[in-house]
Amino acid sequence: MVELRGVSVRFDATTVLAGVDLSVPRGARLGIIGPAAAGKSVLVKLVAGLVAPAAGRVLIDGVDVTGLSEERLAPVRARIGMLFQNYALYDFLTVEGNVGFPLVRRGEAAEVVAARVADRLRAVGLAGSEGKLPSQLSGGMKKRVGIARATIAAPELVLYDEPTAGLDPVTTSKMYDLLRADHDRSGATAIAVSSDVAALCGFVDRVVFVYQGRAHYQGPAAGLADADDPVVRQFVRGALDGPLVG
Amino acid sequence: MIGERTITQVGARALAVSREIGGITILFGQILRALLPPRLDGRELIKNLHKMGNRSVPIVALTAFFAGGLMVVQSAPFVQRFEATSLAGWAAGYAVLREIGPILIALMFSGRVGANNTAELGTMTVTEQLDGLRALAIDPIQYLIVPRVLAMMVMLVCLTVIGDLVALLGAAAVAKAVLGIEWGIMYASFTENLTPQDFLHGVYKSCAFGLSIAVTSCYFGVTVRGGAVGVGRAVNAAVVAAAVSVMLLDFFLTYLDV
Repeated sequence: MVELRGVSVRFDATTVLAGVDLSVPRGARLGIIGPAAAGKSVLVKLVAGLVAPAAGRVLIDGVDVTGLSEERLAPVRARIGMLFQNYALYDFLTVEGNVGFPLVRRGEAAEVVAARVADRLRAVGLAGSEGKLPSQLSGGMKKRVGIARATIAAPELVLYDEPTAGLDPVTTSKMYDLLRADHDRSGATAIAVSSDVAALCGFVDRVVFVYQGRAHYQGPAAGLADADDPVVRQFVRGALDGPLVG
Repeated sequence: MIGERTITQVGARALAVSREIGGITILFGQILRALLPPRLDGRELIKNLHKMGNRSVPIVALTAFFAGGLMVVQSAPFVQRFEATSLAGWAAGYAVLREIGPILIALMFSGRVGANNTAELGTMTVTEQLDGLRALAIDPIQYLIVPRVLAMMVMLVCLTVIGDLVALLGAAAVAKAVLGIEWGIMYASFTENLTPQDFLHGVYKSCAFGLSIAVTSCYFGVTVRGGAVGVGRAVNAAVVAAAVSVMLLDFFLTYLDV
């Protein structure tokens, strides 16, 4: 469903990604891991068309979306849900307004929106917080609102950028339980970026290790700590000594 | 060596300014494109009209009242020396309607509404809210920028008209208090010596000022880089750019109309 072919991204003189190849079949769950500033978030933004590659192609369902105008990207984006690292909740809307926003913009009837919002908020454990503003929420609550918004329109592909960053271990487990249940039910494709490798591996089937601008390693999530690649092994185990640079 | 460094710095600055002007021009083009055909978010427009206009009325009225009064105070020695009381209203009104009103209100609007707009859009940019809109297949230009630009243009014109009226009232009140000129004489001076053209000159200037303040404030808001510090820098740049553009526009519009 999602394919990246030789994708490179540069910001001014800095090369963030250099010739990344990646393929995510429909319904699969892919985890993206790697050191800080390795370009993990850039990778998911590429898929959402929020960052334009300097070279290479991005294909979604076989359609080349590279360089498409915002207008022509709209139908592709309508099938994608995204959770942002910084939540990206709209300050001017309540929790209810934020979660229901994608449906409101699609012209869904008010009662349909209200029912779906109530359902999603119950699922993320935020029933009763409808009237709160994002400024009144904790980090974990904002993440959960972000997840509810990203999934309310039943997208075929959901991109999660650090879904559990800053959350305590218990909330992290709850969050991944929620994502697992959601995806088991919907069958939607998932791409998740996370620094919490152990928790992430309980949710995804495969993992890509982004390192020095490349997809350095791709393999199954299970047994990642014993991967053949010494750099991956060191990163996953958190060892101080080893070949990992930076 | 010093010369080379100076040339490099001047060149870099010129490139930076060119980049900003280019960026503002591109954003202006995108706004025009989003208006053809008009696909406006009515709720956003009404919200911005209220936020940008209604809440600015008290401060604009206060400023305009004293600006009008100030024109009379400045002209008072000449009015007294030449006993030209019948021209006091014309002098104050001409200056207020054509220059002081539009400029003063535009600068006040830029400081209050334009700066606020840049800070708001800048914060939305650094917290990925604009990307959040794009990810939901919503064009931020159409949803956020166009309603703000239209609201700022419409509201600056409205505020200028209100400000003009209050400034004339201020001029008449100060004329009565300082020079003892009766209300009727001031009213006659306004109506007999000022033309609709004087009023319209200020109105179309305020329309141009509103557009320039709106586009610059939006541009600096959506191009913020670097978190809270970046937002502060953007607000500063937006206010300076808006003030410069207002003065330049004022010069050329006045020159073309004379």
